[in-house]
Amino acid sequence: MTSKLQKLFVPLALLFAAIALPLLVPTYYVQLASKMLLMGMLAMALNLVVGFGGLVSMCHAAFFGLAGYVLALTSPEGQAASVWLSLPITMAVCGVAAAIIGGLSLRTKGVYFIMVTLAFGEMLFYLFHDTKIGGGSDGMYIYFKPEVMLGKWQLIDLDKVSTFYFVTLLCVLLTIWLLRTLVNAPFGHALAAARDNERRSISLGFPVFTVRLLAFVISGILAGVAGYFSAAQFGFVAPQLLGWHLSATVLVMVVLGGMRSVTGPLIGAAVIIGLEEVLKSSTEHWKLIYGLIVIFIVFALPGGVQQLSSMIFGRKADAPKPGTDVWKGARSMQEVANV
Amino acid sequence: MDGLTFAVQLLNGVQYGLVLFLVASGLTLVFGILGVINLAHGAFYMLGAYLAYWIAAMTGSFWAALLGSVGISFVLGLALENVFIKRMYGRDHLAQVLLSFGMILVIDEIRQILFGKDVHSVAPPAWLSGSIKLTDVLSYPVYRLALCGFCLVMAIAIFYVIQRTRIGMVIRAGAENREMTRSLGIPFDTVNRFVFASGIALAALGGAVVAPVSTVFPGMGDSMLILSFVVVVLGGIGSVSGAAIGALLIGLTDTFGKVFFPQISSILIYVLMAGILLWRPNGILGKREV
Repeated sequence: MTSKLQKLFVPLALLFAAIALPLLVPTYYVQLASKMLLMGMLAMALNLVVGFGGLVSMCHAAFFGLAGYVLALTSPEGQAASVWLSLPITMAVCGVAAAIIGGLSLRTKGVYFIMVTLAFGEMLFYLFHDTKIGGGSDGMYIYFKPEVMLGKWQLIDLDKVSTFYFVTLLCVLLTIWLLRTLVNAPFGHALAAARDNERRSISLGFPVFTVRLLAFVISGILAGVAGYFSAAQFGFVAPQLLGWHLSATVLVMVVLGGMRSVTGPLIGAAVIIGLEEVLKSSTEHWKLIYGLIVIFIVFALPGGVQQLSSMIFGRKADAPKPGTDVWKGARSMQEVANV
Repeated sequence: MDGLTFAVQLLNGVQYGLVLFLVASGLTLVFGILGVINLAHGAFYMLGAYLAYWIAAMTGSFWAALLGSVGISFVLGLALENVFIKRMYGRDHLAQVLLSFGMILVIDEIRQILFGKDVHSVAPPAWLSGSIKLTDVLSYPVYRLALCGFCLVMAIAIFYVIQRTRIGMVIRAGAENREMTRSLGIPFDTVNRFVFASGIALAALGGAVVAPVSTVFPGMGDSMLILSFVVVVLGGIGSVSGAAIGALLIGLTDTFGKVFFPQISSILIYVLMAGILLWRPNGILGKREV
């Protein structure tokens, strides 16, 4: 029992800290925390495909940005959109987009998959960049945050920074719960089995294509929800939100946080966003240092921050015990993709 | 559309396709032989164009700019292979993607520090700067014609080197079976370095030769990278002839798309890619599963 309590201690402490945060820090940092949570949600969504499915997708920023555009386009002129209407539409649009892109891309494997998802992601970028649907390269403003009404009564006021933060926190908790459930369900095992040995999975009769497509669609929808709230937070969407530089940044978050755990990418996102914040405020050429850090991560930390923590706190902390759940513990990136 | 306009557009499409081939062949060579996916390929295309602009501005000579840009990129390629890329052989594609993403950020920022972010143009050599008058309103720049010819010569040279020379034979053998080639005593590390640097040099050459036609601007590498990927996916990874077919298809689709369907021209090539994927998931000339 003590070990179970110990295991729960860190997540619960983090949760309490997260809930208490708006009382402790200035508004700016609460907004920054919301941003971290939403990027973390995007990274966790991507990790369902990358870490658990072994499919390196380079188009998740496109779903993230597409969701923002759907919110902007469903907002009536001079009024706030209703969450009850715009959120389901956003999820549906992102789901359909993910089903089409995933259905085509999953016909390919390995490096083809990377290139094809990248190209389709850019297609959506050019769709908004070159046509007048969403204001072209200038993007669109979302003047009012979406309303959460129950009849005539306002249920949640998203304009309040702390309320918005709690909503994003709730979204992240729901995402963690959903992904945990999926990964531990037969679906998750089939997805991981296809990643570890595709031929064997096929010959055992797993519907590999369907399982992967489903994972891709779920991941696309979750990325869309993150993009919806992110667009609501900043009140502005631009084609750059769909660009592949964001997709690659989210991949860095996933790898840094650890691909074999559900919540790892959340940590990766917090670290990267925090790093960006510090670098941007300290030097004009922050991208140079940021790029060097990314290169450093590839060579020195293929297992992400979990590897770092096990290096600091000794091997016990994260080394998987034999016979325990295969998802737990930091395995190197090399092991992950060489299968 | 009358015959003459059609011919002009056809020429534009072929010229665009040939430049695409130049850049994409570098990408497909590096992937086919080294097994490394290099997202920074577009960044080197951009760097090649900026280097050409920089050298042309200093020396005033277009040819010096061309040679200098390709030479510097080749040496840079040798150095990068030695420091970073050689540690990537046999590692998973995700690590390669992240490494090259990091490289893009660094290259972009170095470009920003050295050359700024202004849009520039490069003047073609004087004897190629005129244009041929076709009708009263229609003329065709001589440089574009020269560009066509140059890219065609380069394409033939690439095929010749790979198919007919000893180094090409080693390269093909290495792509087929790396371990066996090494055990036969081929200095494969040197060959790898040469191939990577050549790939980078081809990207830079592409950037340098289009500099007089298009402008030199920071984002030029990104769109070229995506187009090169589409070309490689269409043709089949590692296949240079596939890249040639893919590049011409994309060049013609894009050019005629802009003429006939200006609204959706930027989407058209992706529709083409989707169609090819439905028909042949491994590309037109791709055979093996990668």
